[in-house]
Amino acid sequence: MSINMKTMNPLSVLKSHLRAACAATALLLATGSLVQAADLNALIWCDHADPALLQPFEEANGVKVNVKEFEGTGAGMAIVEQSQPGDWDVMVIDSIDIPRGVEKGLFEPLPEDKLPLADLFPQVKMDSSTVVDGKRYGITEKFGYNTIGYNKTKVDPADMQSLAALTGDKYKGKIAIYDYYLPVIGMAALAIGKKTAELTEADLPAIKDELLKMKANAKLVGEVTASQTALATGEVDILVGGGEWVTAGLAKENPALDFSIPKEGAVLWSQSLAMFKDSENKDLALKFIQYIMSPEGQARLATSSCYWGMPANTKAALSDEQKKILRFDEQPDFLARAQSYPAPNADLDKKMQDVWTEMLQAQ
Amino acid sequence: MNPATNSGRALPWALVTPALGWTLLFFVLPFLAMGFSSLTAHDGGGFTLSNYSQFFTNPAYWQAMVNSLQVTAIVTLVSVLLAYPFAWILAEQVPERWQRLALMLAVLPFWTSYVVRSYSWLLVLAQNGVINRALTDSGLFTEPVQLANTRLATITGFVHFFVMLLTLTIFANLKQLSPSYRKAAADLGAGPVRTFLHVVLPLTLPGIMVGAFLTFVLCIGDYITPQILGGNNELLMPQLVMMQIGRRGDFPLASALSIILMAIVTIAYLSCARWLKIERA
Repeated sequence: MSINMKTMNPLSVLKSHLRAACAATALLLATGSLVQAADLNALIWCDHADPALLQPFEEANGVKVNVKEFEGTGAGMAIVEQSQPGDWDVMVIDSIDIPRGVEKGLFEPLPEDKLPLADLFPQVKMDSSTVVDGKRYGITEKFGYNTIGYNKTKVDPADMQSLAALTGDKYKGKIAIYDYYLPVIGMAALAIGKKTAELTEADLPAIKDELLKMKANAKLVGEVTASQTALATGEVDILVGGGEWVTAGLAKENPALDFSIPKEGAVLWSQSLAMFKDSENKDLALKFIQYIMSPEGQARLATSSCYWGMPANTKAALSDEQKKILRFDEQPDFLARAQSYPAPNADLDKKMQDVWTEMLQAQ
Repeated sequence: MNPATNSGRALPWALVTPALGWTLLFFVLPFLAMGFSSLTAHDGGGFTLSNYSQFFTNPAYWQAMVNSLQVTAIVTLVSVLLAYPFAWILAEQVPERWQRLALMLAVLPFWTSYVVRSYSWLLVLAQNGVINRALTDSGLFTEPVQLANTRLATITGFVHFFVMLLTLTIFANLKQLSPSYRKAAADLGAGPVRTFLHVVLPLTLPGIMVGAFLTFVLCIGDYITPQILGGNNELLMPQLVMMQIGRRGDFPLASALSIILMAIVTIAYLSCARWLKIERA
């Protein structure tokens, strides 16, 4: 009778069901982690999600690359912090943010002798960020410029040779601003004659004035898709912060889109690959990095369906047409005139973001 | 102790445990974690109120709340004004046998993705979009008007969505209304307008308030619509919250801003709580 009563008690029934559910969940999780252990888990930007990039690696190694896209280093770091050690093998990250990951103890040093460092454009190696305490923690895989993207049938290309065109009256209401504070603050700094690598808090008031002038001329401040769409659909004719990453991918559909490196210079952006210290697949992770850095991998990454960009490897297997669209041969001149991406410390970073917030709120 | 009595007491607890567990796991614990996070420094320091003080001392942050409240108030008001007559026509003018179909057609836009719907509005309101083409082709305007990437665009996107929601709540309320009320009002000499103003409208106020409250809560916390349609020409609170996370990963400040936003929603709830009570038989 007592056994029967216990069986009838709803709490006991619930308890036994919960135990069964927990056991089933544990089994599923165990199975899942076994499956994951054989795969490569990559935290990526959208350009790495292109099947045309991943499939050759998967087929050659008989593995699956599980990808998770994120935007912004902060969001990426949050995903890592909420994961178990070993959940992730490789990460795509802003080159300037590699020291943040190293400081958190996330990344594994990369073997320089197994990477094609000698083939990289020297200016994009970014050793000041990718090498910490003499050890290389990241390798630049792709780069480009935050500069002026424009429709050459709607604006005078000669005007696009100066950042002053962005604050004059001629193109008022025809401008969009890329919604990312670091590169556009870099452009504002260039416009007032400052070097992006030497920015301090004292420069912020003048930068803010310049940003407000740009905002007064702008129709919108949009993230990647919105600003790209605005330029492609003719909603605006100029994109502040745009570059080959906006115009190259759309070149076939809209050959009128182009970019300039104005006389004041442009901001050089670069993305890197890093390997996680806790990765359980370090050999496979290194193979993946080697594949991405290979001439074939670089060509596929440079022309990814999400956005195009310059391959870091000078030997990237691009076709002549692709090189023309990316203005490959002009890179030595562009790189000589480009300035580094602003890499503020945490305090200045916060103040820069607040300046950006004030610009967005300005009417 | 009678085992049967024990079992009788345990049953309600067993039934309510999943809901309590769900609330504890997915609301109370995350809320406590967020509250704790909001009182810590981004650089890993100890207890601080600086995340809250930033909101009250930085005019750009404060402006985001003002913008959010203005947009939400306009959206709620416009949605109620549009949804009420629509619900009334559905409940009173459409024959009973067609009401289900009419209601289904009314909520048809719910079936499309929220993001797709917002981008569709962007195309409609764009410089080369349907509205601007109609305005310029008809000669009303010589140049396209800026409709996309404005507050108006954000409000339009919101209203399109929330009119459907409010229509449902008001329609349900109108259908529950016994015809006897109108007959009694007519017997007492009230005309249609007076009957509506003094009988129907007060009795359907709970439906309006439930819908308005839902609109307020969903609207003030929405990130997608202002992000896609507003063109970042002004920031609303959810956008400000997201900004803190993107690059800098400043979860303490994002948490503080979220808690302030939640406090506003709580005030809104308390303001209309008397209409939100569940009627018990």
